Amino acid sequence: MKKLLGVVLAVIGAFAVGGIALHRNEPINAMWLVVAGVCIYVIGYRFYASWIQARVLSADATRATPAERLNDGRDFVPTHKWVVFGHHFAAIAGPGPLVGPTLAAQFGYLPGTIWILFGSVLGGCVQDMVVLFMSTRRDGRSLGQMARDELGPFGGFAALIGTLTIIIILIAVLALVVVNAMKGSPWATFSVFATIPIAVLIGLYVRNVRPGRVMEASIIGMVLLLIGVAGGGWIDQSPTLRSMFDYTGPQLAGFVIVYGWLAAIIPVWLLLAPRGYLSTFLKLGVIALLAIAIVVIHPELKMPAITKFVDGTGPIFSGKVFPFVFITIACGAVSGFHALVSSGTTPKLIGRETDVALVGYGSMALESFVAIMAVIAATLLDPGVFFAINVGAGVAGADPATAVATISGWGFPVTVEQMQDLARNMGEHTLFARTGGAPSLAVGMASIFSSTFGKGLLAAWYHFALMFEAVFILTTIDAGTRVGRFMLQDFLGHFWKPMGRTSWYPSVLISSALIVGGWGYFLYVGVIDPNGGINILWPLFGIANQMLAAIALTVATGILIKSGKLKFAWVTGVPLAWLAIITTVAAWQKVTSDDPGLGFFAAAKDLATKLAAGALPAAKAAVAPKLIFNQQLDGWLTVGFTIIVWLVIIDMVRVAIRATRGLPTRANSEAPYQSNRLIPAAASGVNLRTASHEGTL
Amino acid sequence: MYAQLRKWVADFWSGIRSVSGDDAYERYLKHHALEHAGTVPLSRRAYYDEDQQRKWSGINRCC
Repeated sequence: MKKLLGVVLAVIGAFAVGGIALHRNEPINAMWLVVAGVCIYVIGYRFYASWIQARVLSADATRATPAERLNDGRDFVPTHKWVVFGHHFAAIAGPGPLVGPTLAAQFGYLPGTIWILFGSVLGGCVQDMVVLFMSTRRDGRSLGQMARDELGPFGGFAALIGTLTIIIILIAVLALVVVNAMKGSPWATFSVFATIPIAVLIGLYVRNVRPGRVMEASIIGMVLLLIGVAGGGWIDQSPTLRSMFDYTGPQLAGFVIVYGWLAAIIPVWLLLAPRGYLSTFLKLGVIALLAIAIVVIHPELKMPAITKFVDGTGPIFSGKVFPFVFITIACGAVSGFHALVSSGTTPKLIGRETDVALVGYGSMALESFVAIMAVIAATLLDPGVFFAINVGAGVAGADPATAVATISGWGFPVTVEQMQDLARNMGEHTLFARTGGAPSLAVGMASIFSSTFGKGLLAAWYHFALMFEAVFILTTIDAGTRVGRFMLQDFLGHFWKPMGRTSWYPSVLISSALIVGGWGYFLYVGVIDPNGGINILWPLFGIANQMLAAIALTVATGILIKSGKLKFAWVTGVPLAWLAIITTVAAWQKVTSDDPGLGFFAAAKDLATKLAAGALPAAKAAVAPKLIFNQQLDGWLTVGFTIIVWLVIIDMVRVAIRATRGLPTRANSEAPYQSNRLIPAAASGVNLRTASHEGTL
Repeated sequence: MYAQLRKWVADFWSGIRSVSGDDAYERYLKHHALEHAGTVPLSRRAYYDEDQQRKWSGINRCC
């Protein structure tokens, strides 16, 4: 039966993928992408994930998990697999899979779609699942601890540095996305600002009025958020009120920086916790609505399968389709950050080892499907409109007439009237050069929603979509700053004991300010950059995130080989090799390219030459020294990342060679086998024959 | 048939409550009664404070 289902799915899936690949020069329906995606995910889950679980990992349903052995009713709690799935998905699904595919749509819908589908099934889902399993076998230890225990201190150090840098760059780029979405838009600014007092109100309610009643508080909060979006529309009508929420990029960046610092130092129950609840509700609701709406209206994609920008001349970001589509779409295909969640809260909730396929592999497959929906939302727009929204003024031209001429000249016709109509429909002053991905995604989502759930509400849907993106971007900013603060405190504690005390207020203030200062710097430079900043910061984020994935897969491969599973090492080794290749090639190009659009140092040199020759307009000359410094810093960061990743890989290979030759290596840090008490395996319906008690991993 | 449907709805609802954390205090009381019988459990609010502090100390939001 299972085999028959597999064959049927394989045929449909192959047909859909073939259909996507062969449809050229004519519009393709979005349903092809949905069908191909669902088939590939189901096949990957039913066959590949179960095989990995049974054969590669030897997951054992009779083995007690840390949730059972160390059950404290708090961190460690055996939890039903679907509930863990919900927690894990809510934790991994952020704005990444929405933004990356939108930016990568400059190559057409095909490259991004193929990478999202195959990257997740063979790479991202595998990484999340294997790391989750290995952490579950090791009492829920973090990736950094596992690296230290299994490979040595260097691996642990690399994971720490990688995590901290990626958190800083991630927050900066997300903050830039949210700033660009609010810039010059009082409606968007008001509805995003309104989420802050709403979260505080809900925080007070769920702590002081009705402690712990999360569901009712979230429902009240959702209603208030919708009122906030409607209120923004009302404010937008009044000239006086409107001017109170009309800010420039640098002003908004200042707000976000101060906000981020305050959010990191006030108690979690006041802002972070209620915002987390609201963003989870919104996220799950919007994803479900979007999926329904896409199936109902099954729009045609207007973007070509492949655009000419695969040659590296892309206006949204530079670089050829190889390797940059694989860098731009990180979350949604492979995301190293997930390895931190998979070795954080989730392994402490796993009730049975055989749940890891559903929780690890399944959650990532669903996130990947969110990325496919983002591809659809971006490519159903007229390509001319898509580029007009997403290309910075520095590339397309500052005034509308120049911008449409430039973009039409690329072969994607668009007119000033068309853009004005669109902006008016969306309740915006202008939609030119709204870089960062969020506005164009919101336009796409608004078109989908308004044709399914109410025509004529375009502007409201547009601002709802922006608010939705902003809410969970702000959650990531708050949570990320806090985590960064803890890591920094832990690190600084080695040099001066009091700094390591997480509740000592001077330490809290200083370490939070350092983290906020770190991402605030990148945010500020991104905001003043006439090209929009995203074109520099997003590739840097992608490289960092993929390199963290490479570190996670290196640790996993090392553990597999040490456990005598050399013949299965390709399961994590192949995705590792692929990530090592694409990140190294991308880093090499970003560092050594002579093209100022692509190479960090080339851009710095180009700008310095022009500045010295007095060839820059006054506005650009004023910020040029900062941009030059930033390009050089980004270049050195890229060099640093690459060196760290390769050192970890070499370290793993050294350990692996010793292990295969029978030389001593660090002892396996797995917790010893204990039989499962709580959940009788016989009653769980799990086939025990596929699992062996002796297998250690 | 009807009983089956009711069970599904009830399971779904309890799943939603678990995922959202709505039933966290009830689960805590159950655990407390089982493992620390005889001692006084935390109040709803004290538990909520502690729970949030713990929940937001690790990496639980991603990109």
